[in-house]
Amino acid sequence: MTVRNTVLDTITEIGQQHDRHLPVLSDDLPLLDSGLDSLCIAVLVARLDDRLGVDPFAAAIDSFPVTVGDFIALYENAAA
Amino acid sequence: MPPLEPPLPKLQALWHLTNTAGSAPGRFIADSAGLGVLGELLSCGTIAAPLARFRGKSLLVWCKRQRTVVETLLQLDGIAARLVLCPSDFDAAHLAPVIAEAAIDAIVTDSTALAEQARDAKPVVFIENEARYALDPSEDRSRATEWVLFTSGTSDRPKLVAHTLSSLTGPVGDFHGKAQGAVWSSFYDIRRYGGMQILLRALIGGASLVLSQAGEPVAAFLDRAGACGVTHISGTPSHWRRALMSGAADRFAPRYVRLSGEIADQAILDHLAAAFPRASIAHAFASTEAGLAFEVDDGRAGFPAAIVDGEGAKAELRIVDGSLRIRSPRTASRYLGERGALKDADGFVDTGDMLELRDGRYYFVGRREGVINVGGQKVHPEEVEAVINRLPNIRMARVRSQRNPITGALVVADIVLADAATNFDAVKSDIMAACRAALPAHKVPAMLRAVPALDVGASGKLSRRHA
Repeated sequence: MTVRNTVLDTITEIGQQHDRHLPVLSDDLPLLDSGLDSLCIAVLVARLDDRLGVDPFAAAIDSFPVTVGDFIALYENAAA
Repeated sequence: MPPLEPPLPKLQALWHLTNTAGSAPGRFIADSAGLGVLGELLSCGTIAAPLARFRGKSLLVWCKRQRTVVETLLQLDGIAARLVLCPSDFDAAHLAPVIAEAAIDAIVTDSTALAEQARDAKPVVFIENEARYALDPSEDRSRATEWVLFTSGTSDRPKLVAHTLSSLTGPVGDFHGKAQGAVWSSFYDIRRYGGMQILLRALIGGASLVLSQAGEPVAAFLDRAGACGVTHISGTPSHWRRALMSGAADRFAPRYVRLSGEIADQAILDHLAAAFPRASIAHAFASTEAGLAFEVDDGRAGFPAAIVDGEGAKAELRIVDGSLRIRSPRTASRYLGERGALKDADGFVDTGDMLELRDGRYYFVGRREGVINVGGQKVHPEEVEAVINRLPNIRMARVRSQRNPITGALVVADIVLADAATNFDAVKSDIMAACRAALPAHKVPAMLRAVPALDVGASGKLSRRHA
């Protein structure tokens, strides 16, 4: 499975577990409009660390991801 | 001949201190509902009854809007005996014990829904947001009103912490007139110690104030901060991470950015320095009980060891068995009710925050009792373990903290199965379902791991690493 699909599947999974109705996850959707709050995003980062073996937030990052696309790119670059 | 003793400073209420701090006509208090000119809030009040009726009374202030709380403090400090400030997430189930503990006479509210719940317990003083009644500048406001704040969420009912205006502001002159022309703001609610510090700096310093509103999107708050020209702003590291992730942090340009309430790690300090290159960035250590202890503005996590020796500190510090103890005029006097001692025999508050000394600098490593801080909300590992341990097929659970870049920490659980042959995936969904049914979201483990065994110490207790 690609990094992109893992990230999207994990977002969907967390949305379901937290009873959130998520909109279509397009790349330009702001992360905070995805229906995930800080706690959901924290869980997302922890699960992706588990599944992909990377935590891009552990290293110095240039800027915080704002959109879903930024977030996926952060993981794609970290996993590369 | 010995020099004459200087006269004792006359006790001044919040109304006087705000009034004399700065008369700039442009001073205001803004929130999501609009902008109030401070001069008008000082000349007209929101309480319909004569204020003298509240002389010596103990009042529970249970409001939706922070601005109502500010107005109530301006009107009743120096008149009421006690003002108990309910936080925005006050649990109505705690109403009766809080009323008993604080000997409440009446409940001040701005919400019809809260008034409904309060009415059965005590008389209600209902505040209409638009009502304006002339305030008498010569009103006697000479009483040292007790300001009561709640400790922040533990599994038990919060404790009520007794302060006064002077313990909340610290030694006279620290704030007075120091912030004229500034516009202060905070992600904190002003009914929390961190937010109260900002409220008082703004009012007594001669500044304006922009309030947040519970439940509003962070971008909306930052838009308001930008539109109102906020110059000084505070929040927890979790608030700030959320602000940076909102993509809206560029909508304002503060000169001063302050962090408190949680451990400020190097990453968040660096991100804020990058996002606000012209701002000075400071992190402060304070707690509701201990008060403000010190501020660090060198851009680095932790604090210089010299602060413990009194250099630049706002309080006397002691480190006893690795945890920080604090004594100062900012320290609260006591807990209301029979809720234990707030200070040790020498008058120091034990914060329970554990420190580690590395290269001449102290770093906070966590809470002594292992409480997990998930974005400012506290979780006791034992309460989560109790839910998991209730399930069949479970031998033992250990709940622990896992570092997380978004919320500081997350709850995770190590599980020992009763029968190692059991399918862990099936057990996992049972555990998650049970936790979601019994616990608020921040206490539900983010991840479960099966482990063959857990260490039990010589005391017979589960070994925990409090990191």
